[in-house]
Amino acid sequence: MTQRFRDLLALEPLSADELTFLLDQSKPFQEIQRHPLKKLATLRGKTVALAFFENSTRTRISFGTAASRLGADTMNLQAEASSLKKGESLLDTVHTLDAMKPDCLVMRHASSGAADFVAQHLEIPVINAGDGTHEHPSQGLLDALTIRDRLGTIENLNVTILGDLQHSRVARSNIHLLGKFGCKFTLCGPAMWVPPELEKIGAPGVSIRRVFRIEEALEGADVVLVLRVQTERQYEPSISAEDYVLGYQLNSERLRRAKPNALVLHPGPMNRGNEITPEVADGPQSCVLEQVTNGIAVRMALLFLLISGPPEEGAHPLAEALPAKNRRSTDQKDPSHAAR
Amino acid sequence: MLLVKNGRVLDPASKTDAALDILLEGEKIREVAPAGKITAQQNIEVFDAAGLIVAPGFIDLHAHLREPGQESSETIETGTRAAARGGFTAVCCMPNTKPVNDNASVTRFMLDRAKVAGSVRVWPIGAASVGSKGEAIAEIAAMKEAGIVAVSDDGKPIATAKLARQVMDYCRSLDLPVIEHAEDVSLAAGAVMREGVTSTRLGLRGMPAAAESVCVARDVQLAELAGARLHIAHLSAKASLEQVRWAKSRGLRVSCEVTPHHFTLIDEDVTYDSRFKMNPPLAAREDREALIAGLADGTVDAIATDHAPHEPALKDVEFDKAPFGILGFETAIALALEQLVHSGRISLMRMVELFTTGPARVLGMKRKIAAGQPADLTIFTADQPWTYNVKKSASKSRNSPFDGRSFKGGAMATIVAGRIVHQVV
Repeated sequence: MTQRFRDLLALEPLSADELTFLLDQSKPFQEIQRHPLKKLATLRGKTVALAFFENSTRTRISFGTAASRLGADTMNLQAEASSLKKGESLLDTVHTLDAMKPDCLVMRHASSGAADFVAQHLEIPVINAGDGTHEHPSQGLLDALTIRDRLGTIENLNVTILGDLQHSRVARSNIHLLGKFGCKFTLCGPAMWVPPELEKIGAPGVSIRRVFRIEEALEGADVVLVLRVQTERQYEPSISAEDYVLGYQLNSERLRRAKPNALVLHPGPMNRGNEITPEVADGPQSCVLEQVTNGIAVRMALLFLLISGPPEEGAHPLAEALPAKNRRSTDQKDPSHAAR
Repeated sequence: MLLVKNGRVLDPASKTDAALDILLEGEKIREVAPAGKITAQQNIEVFDAAGLIVAPGFIDLHAHLREPGQESSETIETGTRAAARGGFTAVCCMPNTKPVNDNASVTRFMLDRAKVAGSVRVWPIGAASVGSKGEAIAEIAAMKEAGIVAVSDDGKPIATAKLARQVMDYCRSLDLPVIEHAEDVSLAAGAVMREGVTSTRLGLRGMPAAAESVCVARDVQLAELAGARLHIAHLSAKASLEQVRWAKSRGLRVSCEVTPHHFTLIDEDVTYDSRFKMNPPLAAREDREALIAGLADGTVDAIATDHAPHEPALKDVEFDKAPFGILGFETAIALALEQLVHSGRISLMRMVELFTTGPARVLGMKRKIAAGQPADLTIFTADQPWTYNVKKSASKSRNSPFDGRSFKGGAMATIVAGRIVHQVV
């Protein structure tokens, strides 16, 4: 099945088929990460504008690396250096970037809906790399890919999300993606960070419940997603770190309540000793580093799909670059893009 | 002289619903008579209102004309022209201009500008506190002498309960209504829409309904203490309406207004389009339902637009950064017809009341069609279809969520002081 995407602004509007397509498209790019030579020529001559209006290290590097591994050039705009500090509007800034003729804009912004707003004004595809407390679609995809790789499925899982859900765009993207595959969610954190409205943000029929005791929340979990406390997005006084650790830190003892092979995910940056103990973060159930590696694969797939358009039915532009076992059984009729 | 003939006259003050002709002379109504009884003489201009409704001039209790200080968004000239197109014959303009209307010279400036450039009557509202800063009481008596009709720190509440009480005490002695923008600013801090499932889904910071209703509760109790006339501006929450209902049941002089956008739209309509950003924000479904019930049962005294123009450069930004407010004049009647009358919730007469005698009573005025009364008339259709095109708005701004909406009915002519200031031709 082939899907066409103009932008990738959020996972909420995407169907299970579209999400499956995006995950499937990421698979061959996962292979590339294991090659000694990782650079392709697929997007040679194309330019990706990376506009990070909010500080970011890992996501910016991940998208930048994804672009360069596809052979694309990047233009970088960072918050501190940008003319926004000089009073330029967001719209003027992105129009200026657009006038330099990039083929795609990847943007992060502290305001929810900022990518949506920009996409209304630009012709080129826009990828939302995190907008305020709304969504972080590539993170949702890479989390799902990681889960699917480890557990073999993303269907009907019990997913427990711990921490500051109110301010988490990662939690929202995960709920919107995994919810379409029958996953059930248990949200756990102090009540002011887990408002009752969160139980209703999923598509109709998606089961989301709040639980305030972490031991109960972890019971029977297949996946535990640990969130960072986002003090930078909170208006209300935060609870103390000591209180947080006491009530909500994921440690080995608590993790034993989950299923024996339950996965632990964290979108990073991680505050060891705060929301998660080092023991858990480095333990066998932790997927933290796989998430990072998969992030590049997912972002390569997104850049490729949005810039080149979807591949011909059955063909994949990486066909030549991939070991035969990964090729699809149908005709490989597009050898034009090959690994360098 | 101007003869308005063949219209269906709706006059809430006298409960008249009849085919009457109205003869205007100078700035006053000279004669009201059954259709056909007044014969057109040669020097009489005739307005044929056949098929149209003729009502007393509509009053908007709540508008922002942006002059002085923010003329790139609106001026008294463009704002009152938009008001005339919307069927309003008088608009009360809020004091949050630059400088703030907190002294008689600013009040006089507004009235002078209105005299020169205004299409409709402009009734300024003075600031309750100096600079609307919530510290010292403004020169309310001097402003009253210059022509204000009420006081308000609109855009925000009167900062403290103590100051609100003092303002109410003082305004009681001056017999002026105190108009309150009810909001607990600590509960609303950083919020850009109403708290609920939609705000949670969109990741936009929400304020709870209580951000409004706790302030309304404060103010109605202070109004009782001071014996003051208190009017709650742009009331949006069911819980606030309950407070007003309670106050009225105790015989307090408390009134309230509701905007067309709050009885039309709800928080679920909000997208990242800043044309859906206003304060108070669009409320929950059950709030809208309660507001409509309040408009029907008399708890709500007036429909007011909260016309809040912002030039495109200000609104065309991230939702978080956009200023609050939308245009209101040109769509108010059409929305009232659509949401309240055509839907069968209120009668046409009640709608007219909410635009005329209702707001007049808040200001301590009368509004009726009778000989000797001001020659202010709003002439409208309740059924003619039309589509709102904000690009053609008389306002300097374009921030309306109703652009492109198709309506049944709206203003056809606006007559102020015997002069036709707007007419659909």
